[in-house]
Amino acid sequence: MGYRIVSKEELIPGQTTMMVIEAPQVAKKAKPGNFVMLRTTEHGERIPLTIADCDKDKGTITIVYLVVGKTTAEMNSLEQGGEFMDVCGPLGRPTHIEKSGTVVCVGGGTGIAAMHHIAKGHVEAGNRVIAIVGARSKNLLLFCSELSSFCPELRIATDDGSEGHKGFVTEVLKDILDTEDEIAEVVAIGPVPMMEAVCRVTLPYNVKTTVSLNSIMVDGIGMCGACRCTVDGKTLFACVDGPEFDGHKVDFAELKTRLWQFREQEQESMERFSKECQCNG
Amino acid sequence: MADVKKTKKVRGRVAMPHQNAAARAANFGEVALGYSLEQAILEAERCLQCKKPTCQAGCPVEIDIKGFIAALCDDDLGGAYDIIRKTNSLPAVCGRVCPQENQCEGACILGKKHEPVAIGRLERYVADTYAAQSACESVTDLSTCALEREDLKVACIGSGPSSLTVAGYLAGRGIKVDVYEALHEPGGVLIYGIPEFRLPKAVVSRELDGLKALGVTFHCNWVGGKTITVADLFDQGYNAVFIGVGAGLPRFLGVPGENLVGVFSANEYLTRVNLGRAYDFPYYDTPAYRARRVAVIGAGNVAMDAARTALRMGAKEVSIVYRRSEDEMPARREEIEHAIEEGVKIRCLCGPLSFHGDNQGRLKALTVQKMTLGEPDDSGRCSPVCLDGETEQFSCDMAVVAVGTRPNPILLEATPDLGLNKWGYVQADPETGETSIPNVFAGGDIVTGAATVISAMGAGRRAAREIARRLL
Ligand SMILES: Cc1cc2nc3c(=O)[nH]c(=O)nc-3n(C[C@H](O)[C@H](O)[C@H](O)COP(=O)(O)OP(=O)(O)OC[C@H]3O[C@@H](n4cnc5c(N)ncnc54)[C@H](O)[C@@H]3O)c2cc1C
Ligand SMILES: Cc1cc2nc3c(=O)[nH]c(=O)nc-3n(C[C@H](O)[C@H](O)[C@H](O)COP(=O)(O)OP(=O)(O)OC[C@H]3O[C@@H](n4cnc5c(N)ncnc54)[C@H](O)[C@@H]3O)c2cc1C
Ligand code: SF4
Ligand code: SF4
Ligand code: FES
Repeated sequence: MGYRIVSKEELIPGQTTMMVIEAPQVAKKAKPGNFVMLRTTEHGERIPLTIADCDKDKGTITIVYLVVGKTTAEMNSLEQGGEFMDVCGPLGRPTHIEKSGTVVCVGGGTGIAAMHHIAKGHVEAGNRVIAIVGARSKNLLLFCSELSSFCPELRIATDDGSEGHKGFVTEVLKDILDTEDEIAEVVAIGPVPMMEAVCRVTLPYNVKTTVSLNSIMVDGIGMCGACRCTVDGKTLFACVDGPEFDGHKVDFAELKTRLWQFREQEQESMERFSKECQCNG
Repeated sequence: MADVKKTKKVRGRVAMPHQNAAARAANFGEVALGYSLEQAILEAERCLQCKKPTCQAGCPVEIDIKGFIAALCDDDLGGAYDIIRKTNSLPAVCGRVCPQENQCEGACILGKKHEPVAIGRLERYVADTYAAQSACESVTDLSTCALEREDLKVACIGSGPSSLTVAGYLAGRGIKVDVYEALHEPGGVLIYGIPEFRLPKAVVSRELDGLKALGVTFHCNWVGGKTITVADLFDQGYNAVFIGVGAGLPRFLGVPGENLVGVFSANEYLTRVNLGRAYDFPYYDTPAYRARRVAVIGAGNVAMDAARTALRMGAKEVSIVYRRSEDEMPARREEIEHAIEEGVKIRCLCGPLSFHGDNQGRLKALTVQKMTLGEPDDSGRCSPVCLDGETEQFSCDMAVVAVGTRPNPILLEATPDLGLNKWGYVQADPETGETSIPNVFAGGDIVTGAATVISAMGAGRRAAREIARRLL
């Protein structure tokens, strides 16, 4: 009764992987901004991953993940035709998309995948979308051709200047904010420091800024409070109240500390898994 | 223990064999081991077989207690089991976790002057010992279980005791039941909340297997309101829908420092350990926080479970922090006693004021407001009153907040026509369980707020009876 992996593509070998998974009931309902809770095996941990795309006719969803620990490493050892034990979703509030004018979508790292689904939604709603993607170097960029296929205004920033602007996405964003007249919204998805930096840039311009929080989750259905974060001084649950929030109101420092709660045990799991892999391999 | 020496004729209740306190505080094996046949008979013989038994009305599903005890005395285990299962589909669970002192045993005549008959323990004995002749018999009050009417089908959302009761009742009458559960294992709080040492998962799986044998299908990873809505279910041809999604959303205290690393809701801590099996980390991947000094805030069953779990997970010191006195604690007496025996400390008349962290954002201390008892409040319990200026700080590296729950919004928001009461719980007819939407029923914690297994089952039973009446 598992969830079959229809295809697997290592976008950046050993680091970032895209998978298409058969989960018709999830695909049928998925909207940009939703996520799934996924479990590899009986012994696995439930982890949240954004639905980066879905195909309602084929009954599949796409996920893109960065290998950071035990679960994502184990996922990378699964192949096309393999199965996940559990895929639950679509969870979280979908991105609020309405015709609003010009929307700037900023993506960093694997966040580019999630951002691309949201950008697509904005284009479909009739908005003008300017997409900015950033990475350390050209070979770490993701989804550029997909994005440019529906979004003609694609800006790229790399730390080393190997493609597009040399520097951070925030510099490109500031440039846009300075030159464009009316920006309805900025959406930022990526590593926490990037989202925080984007919010710092947009604050003086008073532009609505939406971020997607990747807090630690256990159930993903509002039962445990593991994902709680402080937004506008209030405690909210990322899995039911989010994961998207008004970035200007998020307590990023708290989020960063809470993400490291289980660091010691995560390392232990990872070391154990690497050892097992070596023995088997 | 009550004093029974004064009355020569009445024996005290037969003690329940337990795992030794020191040993059990370090393992997840069941604490109460269960009666032997001799012990069960000896206890059963204490029952007066009253002409007008008061015990039955104390049981939310009205088990014929006198009847099953009489059968047990006659060595007729099968007969005893039959009587119990006429109204209770999860006796092995109820015998363990019902707050009997407030229910059946609280109403037992013998309890007026002596110790009441240990009804729960006897029920557990019968359920555990009597190997059901067939799976379908173990969960319904009927002996047939063929799915006669594939055209009639009912969906349950959530798989806690209320839904399981609906499923058992209807499946036994030939109605196809599909249960949709958001988590990856069915059972509700019986699986993710109540720990193994009080309710072994094997006991719950036995009941679930019985339901599966009856033709009930469990669909895990289906979130009502997200993966499937109530309207979708009717579109798919279900004749009725039962909502048993539990209360769920944890409450926090709203005091400073509550989001420090090391502060958890009881739901999170227990879900990691029970559903995620963190007690077997790293064999299972889900971790639970490692701590030496733990403060558990609250004094209900959930708090006791969290405290006793923390001990078993290796904490050196665990205390219950409660703003009233020990007499007002809502947890079952037996659970409090077990916790104390195992080494849990009780800090009463202390209301949490703030949590303090180190420079890495990790919890290191808790400041509490000292309290005294004032006048009884609405709940009839003495209300705590702050002692001005008297605070105390003590160090702890983990805190578990167990101060109750709120209704989970996911399904309710996706079902805007569903009428809610002023507390945000689902409004349901007390007789039939029907909600403001025709043929949509609800029961359990999502209607009453956090309550008990047996009251959730009682609600399931009433709804199922009404559904059956309409469909058959
Ligand atoms: C709504 C949401 C959507 C997400 N979408 C994506 C995505 O599309 N692609 C992607 O690569 N990552 C995404 N993440 C993050 C992803 O869930 C974590 O990277 C993953 O859980 C790591 O698991 P691990 O066992 O491999 O690593 P671990 O060793 O467990 O942890 C490594 C890192 O991941 C974080 N983490 C650990 N457990 C969890 C957890 N249960 N939930 C969240 N974070 C955790 C930790 O803070 C740590 O920094 C998302 C997170 C959330 C909350
Ligand atoms: C730690 C703990 C200890 C307890 N100890 C006792 C005790 O000793 N004795 C006692 O009598 N009672 C005890 N209780 C209370 C008792 O467990 C509950 O009152 C009872 O389980 C409520 O049953 P329910 O059917 O309403 O739902 P629950 O048992 O709450 O189950 C609801 C189920 O629905 C699922 N769900 C939620 N939302 C959705 C959705 N949108 N779609 C699909 N599924 C969904 C949940 O995942 C869950 O599995 C305890 C509770 C806890 C938490
Ligand atoms: S079901 Fe609960 S209340 Fe009823 S007799 Fe059994 S233990 Fe007592
Ligand atoms: S009230 Fe007590 S003594 Fe009387 S029948 Fe019931 S259990 Fe037996
Ligand atoms: S993950 Fe449990 S409440 Fe959000």
